[in-house]
Parts: sequence; structure tokens; C-alpha cells
Amino acid sequence: MDDDRIDQIIDRHQGEASSLIQVLLEIQSEHSWLPKEALTRVSERLEVPLTRIQHIATFYKAFSLVPKGRHQVNICMGTACHVRGAPRVLDTLQDLTGIQPGETDADLKFSLETVNCLGCCALGPVVEIDGTAHGKVSPSEAAEVLKRYE
Amino acid sequence: MPQLSSPADLEQLRQEILSGRDAERPCITLCSGSACLATGSGAVAAAIAEELEKQGLSDRVDIRRTGCHGFCERGPIVVIHPEGICYLQITPEDVPEIVARTIREGEVIERLLCVDPSVNEAIVHESEIPFYKNQTRHVFGSNGSIDPKSLDDYLAIGGYSALSKALFEMSAEQVLEEVKRANLRGRGGGGFPAGRKWEGSRDAPDEPKYVIVNADEGDPGAYMDRSLLEGNPHSVLEGLIIGGYTIGAHEGYVYVRQEYPLAVENLGVAIARAEEHGLLGENILGSGFDFTVKVHQGAGAFVCGESTALMTALEGRVGEPRPKYVRSNVKGLWGKPSVLNNVETWANVPLIINRGADWFTQLGTEGSKGTKIFSLVGKINNTGLVEVPMGMTLREIIYDIGGGIPGGKKFKAVQTGGPSGGCIPEELLDLEVGFDELTEAGSMMGSGGMIVVDEDTCMVDFARYFINFLTEESCGKCLPCREGLRQMHKILTNICEGRGQPGDIETLEELSEVAIEASLCALGKSAPNPFLSTVRYFRDEYLAHIEEKRCPALSCKALISYHIDPEKCQGCMICLRKCPTQAIEGGKRTIHVIDQDKCTRCGSCLDVCPDKFSAVRKISGEPVPPPLPEAQRAIAGKGKADG
Repeated sequence: MDDDRIDQIIDRHQGEASSLIQVLLEIQSEHSWLPKEALTRVSERLEVPLTRIQHIATFYKAFSLVPKGRHQVNICMGTACHVRGAPRVLDTLQDLTGIQPGETDADLKFSLETVNCLGCCALGPVVEIDGTAHGKVSPSEAAEVLKRYE
Repeated sequence: MPQLSSPADLEQLRQEILSGRDAERPCITLCSGSACLATGSGAVAAAIAEELEKQGLSDRVDIRRTGCHGFCERGPIVVIHPEGICYLQITPEDVPEIVARTIREGEVIERLLCVDPSVNEAIVHESEIPFYKNQTRHVFGSNGSIDPKSLDDYLAIGGYSALSKALFEMSAEQVLEEVKRANLRGRGGGGFPAGRKWEGSRDAPDEPKYVIVNADEGDPGAYMDRSLLEGNPHSVLEGLIIGGYTIGAHEGYVYVRQEYPLAVENLGVAIARAEEHGLLGENILGSGFDFTVKVHQGAGAFVCGESTALMTALEGRVGEPRPKYVRSNVKGLWGKPSVLNNVETWANVPLIINRGADWFTQLGTEGSKGTKIFSLVGKINNTGLVEVPMGMTLREIIYDIGGGIPGGKKFKAVQTGGPSGGCIPEELLDLEVGFDELTEAGSMMGSGGMIVVDEDTCMVDFARYFINFLTEESCGKCLPCREGLRQMHKILTNICEGRGQPGDIETLEELSEVAIEASLCALGKSAPNPFLSTVRYFRDEYLAHIEEKRCPALSCKALISYHIDPEKCQGCMICLRKCPTQAIEGGKRTIHVIDQDKCTRCGSCLDVCPDKFSAVRKISGEPVPPPLPEAQRAIAGKGKADG
């Protein structure tokens, strides 16, 4: 991500220090993670110490300081999905991808994340891959779905 | 765009919109809330447009993509006006028939209707479906009839008339008095009276003042705020502007989770439309009152739903709560008086102004007035969002509206109030829901999550789940919450995994007391609730885990085993093929045996074993029967006809 693009995002927020979180969210949504160079640029432009940016980037769940895989797998661990068997589905996803929630595999194929409620409780358990929700999945169905992604 | 500069302008525009609309003109409304979108509402919308075009009806039939109708279990939902015919679970394949028969010929297609299970009769109109019939949908009801991106639609149902009334016919004191008299209590968790909160800010001498919408709906299993913001954003804005006028604020913020992209989008559209029409910005409707709204997206932190943490996050910092020696309505955002209310609370304000406090207080119990939206989820037949008058019993909500528990299972408990709420057992099902009633029962109203669990849910594991959630979401600022919850989670995990010891319950109770007494914010203070309420009503389950190493719900993986009953197994190989760890031995027409050392207890075998055999069962608290000797495993003398 080049400095010009980051500058554009910052300018859109009138360069206010209070918009720091919004700026980071926009960078994250375009680039899928926050590279160190981007944070340095934000720090210079908004005149916010890098340590504070690091504090924010590690506190909020939306931010990632490492590159993401090609496919983002979110499994809903909200209460409705939990009582409908989401933990069993998560076990299966972990076994198949070999990674824990919050991690990305070595081939940068999958990033696995647990989320708390996607708001489609009627469909629980829900696994969302690249923004597409797969509802009422059993562990074996989750395995089938995962195979479709390259 | 016409700038509206007086109440008369607004009324004139409303009349123009209404007179341009033909109530008899066919209109297909399609639910496009998040849940319906996940079940294919987008493809249905495309199919409707295509089919209307194909049949030459595009210019004679309107399509309206609305927000959530609430009956998420049976989406995507299509309602055809003016008749109000309601079709459920529509797929693109159904569309040509709907257009050809219902739109063209006015026929009702029976197979797409909702069937009332109690009398086995098909129901034509949405309002007669038992799920809707027993609700009182004052706040949420408009969702089904408006396109959230259309200001015209909102004006057509009387939108912004409350704002006009407040600005021109009422003084700020009168608005405040009306909200106080309505006894509107916060719908987001605490249930604090909104009028008193507003008054505190109004009386505070500091300037400027702020009004804020809390749309950081973090409770897992609750999505009513999302559906309101997605489906009827103008109603929330209208409430917020009235609030700003009342306390003397000229700036408002909406703090919304970034996990809700559609809500952010629709809200952005609503703000832009309102600004274009002079309903937001300078000199609103020519009243001289200025008000602007900014949207701030949250970056994923449950604790930011807490008022002081939310305001800290709005300032662009890490969302940690701060002590409330002085309440945030006096010293809040940037240290200035700030009124923070939840989405649903704000959406109630225009109703109170339009219809009056006397109307509002007709509904509800002594301490809780009006209606409340609940998200009824979990092990329930009709998952969805329901709006009922305060004071309705849990039994009515769960059985009359929710349709009871699926699969012939037995109701065990309903968990209300989000992660830091509590579980209410069967014997309290006749409890009337209200802020004080739920608190007395050891739970709370919270934001209105209602998660129903059946006999398959282990209450110890359920408590462990919530404590784990709260441990991870604790911001870490104060010790009783950060360390206390961690220890509670450790002990609960031990109990679930068969390492529970006598005295564990007492230790948990002690940790709970400290967290309640000594935590800084509501997250820590209420965090022990899931444990306290389950141990209060389900102590026997805790004791079974600790003393007998048995999970009565057959749920805790470390305490259960899967076993194939040799009497019932027909050697069909289905489970053997599905087992992800190849833990099942056997062959065609040979009794299958689970290798307990290889088994990961994923339960796939139980899921796939055909119902007619039901050979796989779970056992807990007793040893697994030894496998049959290999010589006896062949299933002999049984022909195919028996299978």
C-alpha cells in the first residue's frame, strides 16, 4: 500500500487525530492487514505516537498486523450457534486447516477467525467464507464446503 | 431535492408522495435483512425483476426491498400488496409461478404459504401467522413496509412528523417532560430511565453537548439493533435529533459495529437524504435548530458497548472504561455532557412524541413501559425478532410466538440479557418480562437476547462459554475482572473436563463476589451472572460433573463416549465412511465398533446413523461396554428386507 493512498484516506478524515480508528479501519479494509510502513505513515501524518497506534491495533479485534490468507473463514461462536453445535464445527475446521482461530496457514490459503454473532441466528451454526454465509452446517458439511476453496 | 423550510413544506411533500401512490397498485415486498440475504434474498430479487420484465409487467408492478421482517427462520419472505399475501422460504425457482399466478391472476399459491401447525391450516396474510399475531410491533413493525434507503417511504408512513411537532409545537422542557412521563427506560442493558439521563445533561452547564446512538450491539445472539438500523434508519435519526433538541446538543454520533456493513450503508444513505431535505444540518425545517450526525465505526471490542468505553473509543483511543465518579451525561465525550442511548431507545422517542406518554404507558408493567424487541434464538422453532409488550410471560413468548422447542426435545432454560445475563429455568416460565422482574430472577433484560436451550445443553458448559467470552472481552484494566474471570474460566473448564474437585463451587462463588464488588465497569460487575444463575437453578448438574464425572446433558466431550449398540447396528457403513478420524472398525454387514482411543467425539456418527437404526448413542458416567469379539460381529441371517 503506497503512501499516496494512505494520505488520501487520512485527508478524507481531515487529518484529525480522533479519526485514527476510522483511518486504520479503512486501510485494513483495502489492504486486509496493517503493514508496519502504513502505521508509520499514519503516525507521521496524524502526529500520534506509534506506540499508541500499536496499542489500538492490538486492542481491537478488527485489526491484523500479519498478512491474511486468500480465504477468510469466520465461524460464528455466538450463543445461538454455540447451543446448536458450533464448537464441534470449529474442531473440524481446526483439524482440517491445521490452524487455530486468529491464525493463517503457511500457504496463505486460509485465515481462521471466530466471531461473536453474525446476526443470522436462524441459520446456526454459521460458517462465513469470503463473505458468503453457509448456514446449518454440521462438522462433515463444513469439511465439504472447505474443499471447494483453492 | 426540495429543501424543506417549514412544517407546512414537510406536510406538503408528504401529501405529494401519498397522492402519487396508488394503494391498489401491485407491489412485491421482499425481506432483504441480513438473515434473508444469507438465505438467498439477493437471487430472489434478481429473479423477480427478470420475471416481471419477461412477462411485460415491469411498469405495472413495484418491487420493494425492505429490512428485516423478523421471521428469520422462514426467510426469504415475500409479501404481495395490496392483498398482503405472505409467502415464506422463497427461492428463485418459485418466482415465475408467483408472477404468473399471484400477480397476474390474483391466485394464492397454497404450497408457499405458512402453515399453522396447531390447526394444520394454510395462512394467507402475514398478520394472521401465529408468530406475528401475538406480537405488538410498534417500533419494529414498519420495517416490513418501507425501503430503508427511501426517505419517501419513511415520510409516507408519517416519518419526521414527531420531529416537526417537537420543534414547533413543544418546548424542549415539554419534550423532556413527555419522555420522563413515559418512563422510557434504556433498551440497551441497564434500563436507566432515559428522561432522567436527558435531564442531567440538559441541566449540566458545560457546552457543547452531545447525543450518541449506541449501536455497538455486541451480545452474541442479539441482532435487533442491527435490524432496526438496517431496516428503518430514519426512525433512529428522528429520535436522535429530538434528543439533541431537548438537551441542547447540536452534534450527534452513531457508534456502530463495523461487522454490520449494511447498517452502516443504510444509515449513511439516510443521513445524506435527511441533509438534502433540510431535516438535518442547519436550521432544520426553518426552526433555527442546527444538528449534524457523524457515523463512527467500532473496530471490534465488546467492552465498547459500555458507555464510558464507547466515548473513549469515539475520541479515537483504546476503548477502556473509566470511573464514573461523575456520570457521562455530565462529563462524557471530550469531557462534555453526553447522552448515550441504545438504538431501540432512540427509535421509541418519535412514537412517544407523536402519540404521547399516556399512550405509551398503557402497555407494560409497573416499572417497565412500552414494548421490547427480543431476539428469540437457539433451540426454538421460530427463530426471529419479536416485539412484545413488557409484561408478557416467557411462556407466551417461547411457545405462542416461538412455536416451542424443535425435535420433540424438552425445554431446559432460557438465557436472557446477553453474556452477562442469566439462565431462567422451566419453573419460572410464567415470569413476566420486565427490567425488574428479570433482575429479581437472577438474570437481566440486557439488550433483549433470548436464547432458548433444550435438554442437550450442559449448563456448566454454558456458563463456561459465557465466562470464556467475557474473559476474552475483558479490557484488562482492572484486576478482579481480568484475573478473576480467568480463574473462573479455568475452574469451569476443569469441571467440564472431569477434573472438578469438591470446593470448586465455593471458590467460584468467592471469585464472583469479588468481581461484582470490585470491578470498575458493568462488564466485570455482571460477568459472574452466568455462573451464579446456573448454579442457583442447576446445582445438581455441577455436582454430577464434580462428584460423578458425569455430564447429565451428554454434552461435555471429555465426559462422554460414543458407542454403537451391537443389537441395533446393521453394518451399513455410513458412519464408518463419515468418521473424520477413521475410528470406526467394521465392514459391510459387520457390526461396527468405535475405537475409543481414536475417537475425537465429534459426533458425526450419531448425526449420520439412519433414524430407523438409531444405533449410535452417547454415554456418560459409566464405562463403555467392551466390544464384541470379532468372530461375533457378522450380521447373519438377516436379509435386505429387514433393513
